[in-house]
Amino acid sequence: MMAAVDNYKKSRPPPAASAGVIGWCRQNLFSSFSNTILTLVSFYLLALAIPAFLDWAFFSSQISGNTRFDCKVEGACWAWVDQRFGQFLFGFYPEGERWRVILAFVLLFPALIPWVTQDLPGQRYLRWFSVAYPAIATILLAGGLGLREVPTDKFGGFMLNLIVGLSGIVLSLPVGILLALGRQSKLPLIRWLSIGFIEAIRGVPLITLLFVSNILLPIFLPPDMTLDSIIRVIIMVTAFASAYMAEVIRGGLQAIPSGQIEAAHAMGLNYWKSMRLIVLPQALRISIPGIVNTFIGLFKDTTLVIVIGLFDILGIANAMVSNPDWLGLSTETYVFVAVFFFAVCFSMSRYSMWLERRLGKQRH
Amino acid sequence: MKRFSIKIAAVALSLGVVACDETPKEKESKVAPTSSVASGGTLDDVKKRGVLQCGINTGLAGFAYTDDAGKWAGFDVAYCRALAAAVLGDPDKVKYVNLTGKNRFPALASGEIDVLSRNTTWTFSRDVKLGFTFIGVSYYDGQGFIGRKKLGVKSAKELDGASICIQTGTTTELNLADFFRVNKIKYEPVPIETNEEARKAYLAERCDVYTTDASGLAATKSTFSDADKHMVFPEIISKEPLGPLVRQGDDAWADIARWTLNALINAEEYGVTSANIDQMLKGTKNPEINRMLGTEGSLGEMLGLPKDWAVKALKAGGNYGEIFDRYLGEKTPLGLSRGLNALWKNGGILYAPPMR
Repeated sequence: MMAAVDNYKKSRPPPAASAGVIGWCRQNLFSSFSNTILTLVSFYLLALAIPAFLDWAFFSSQISGNTRFDCKVEGACWAWVDQRFGQFLFGFYPEGERWRVILAFVLLFPALIPWVTQDLPGQRYLRWFSVAYPAIATILLAGGLGLREVPTDKFGGFMLNLIVGLSGIVLSLPVGILLALGRQSKLPLIRWLSIGFIEAIRGVPLITLLFVSNILLPIFLPPDMTLDSIIRVIIMVTAFASAYMAEVIRGGLQAIPSGQIEAAHAMGLNYWKSMRLIVLPQALRISIPGIVNTFIGLFKDTTLVIVIGLFDILGIANAMVSNPDWLGLSTETYVFVAVFFFAVCFSMSRYSMWLERRLGKQRH
Repeated sequence: MKRFSIKIAAVALSLGVVACDETPKEKESKVAPTSSVASGGTLDDVKKRGVLQCGINTGLAGFAYTDDAGKWAGFDVAYCRALAAAVLGDPDKVKYVNLTGKNRFPALASGEIDVLSRNTTWTFSRDVKLGFTFIGVSYYDGQGFIGRKKLGVKSAKELDGASICIQTGTTTELNLADFFRVNKIKYEPVPIETNEEARKAYLAERCDVYTTDASGLAATKSTFSDADKHMVFPEIISKEPLGPLVRQGDDAWADIARWTLNALINAEEYGVTSANIDQMLKGTKNPEINRMLGTEGSLGEMLGLPKDWAVKALKAGGNYGEIFDRYLGEKTPLGLSRGLNALWKNGGILYAPPMR
């Protein structure tokens, strides 16, 4: 009998119809009558849209020329994107100084490394660099220490989106955490102030806040004191994002069983220690999707700065397309700008998934 | 302190106007009467600062746009440059503040800008109730129609039953309703949010006719690949006098702004151009030219400006005609004819008071 057990027949391969490409298609695309119809309709729509788009964007497009009158093709006229690429990226930043922006952008990556991985040599120094980066970038962009000063009203294009977006992201997380803790504080004054701030800021559209920062703030400030308009925008964007952030994190905090805090107290940890070591690491991990959601929203909101006369990539594109030489190219503009936003937002979303997986592993 | 609270009131008023309606042109009259008051001494402020703060559009074909070098250019921008040249002697000493339709008035009321040169229609309520002073008309615009030639229609009055693309929430919508009611003809409005969408809708034949300001129609038409198959109808159904404005209450500053514009217009009438101005400076037989250029009399002094204020203004971008031709005229892609904006001598209504 035992011998028979040893002589298992090798299992036969599954029938061809349920394996490989065909099997996958049957299982996923044509598993039922209604699914088959859905699949066919989707393929039909894609077949309508994709070749037409490719044709417009690539095959029938033109990338050279000095005015729109040089574009003799049916498809997209990328000539103007080519002509004005510098303005898309840097706005009115003086051409001779643009290397500074590029350098600041390149330096951003080593500054980000400590947040992305923990197993590189020299990690400790990078962490210090990361802390010093905002000051370095400010000097590079605005001037000082021997670099020519560039007034901030020359900032523009995608560079402005990145400056406002990244500053908002970096600042709104700590402020949001403090607000979320404040909202649950046992001290009434702190609790009321936090609730008041969150509700007041969340209750108005960002566009109104920007408007207020631009028109009303200068009246209340002493006449000699002027706050740079980019700083004003960063403050308002940060305030706005941190109100949302506070609520996202509060969701995470509420998911932590009260036993955790009680246990921390039982260990003799004070409030800050129990928060830092026990509660927040768990709460923040739960909140990651919500936090990144807020980041992505914030980044896209940076296009609103046009209402106070700052020219982000979308604003400057509109100003450029008002040039009689380039009128009527708005479709090209929007597609081009969308690529930039997609690249940044998609990376953020990937980063958050990676972070979730890594933190998930640590838990077990 | 009083000045301070007046300023707040002024800003609150113009904010209120903006906040509660999408069509500031119409509903301004609902706001309680008060006025914004200039603090006085705008000229001194500008001189001390060394820069003129000029409010312009965030982007409008022909009027305000960026050139290949990333510098602002356009018809409205040219006025800012002329004024800066007159006041500070240098047309480049301008800080452009780009404003949307919504925040242009608060920006002027709060003193963020010294002058607003942003294709703004001069209306009763803006002048009186918002407390601004319009210093003249730099461009006479008006609402018109563009349609396909194959419609076989020669005039807007024959548009019975036509579908018309129109931007919502603008004066054009109301003008259109009035026009068709007066002429007792029917139409089918196709409401659309922005100028760009309207252009696309018209090209996709979702409507027979598109209506907006005539200068906008010209810009739109210039983007068509088959422009000769479309025509702009002769009717202009509304008055849209566009011009620069300043805060009410600083008459000295308003005078400077007004006479800089007048000097540009008069220079065209007298035949003073950026090309021949140096020749003219040596003295001409026309005392009016001499007075304007400061070789005779003391017009500059009366304004509190140097003798050659108008010379500087004219050298910034030429006289009115030169500016028009450069940014809007028939040689530009917009291809606008002078029409109403021709000098009164040439059949238009451009008429500046004399320089004496």
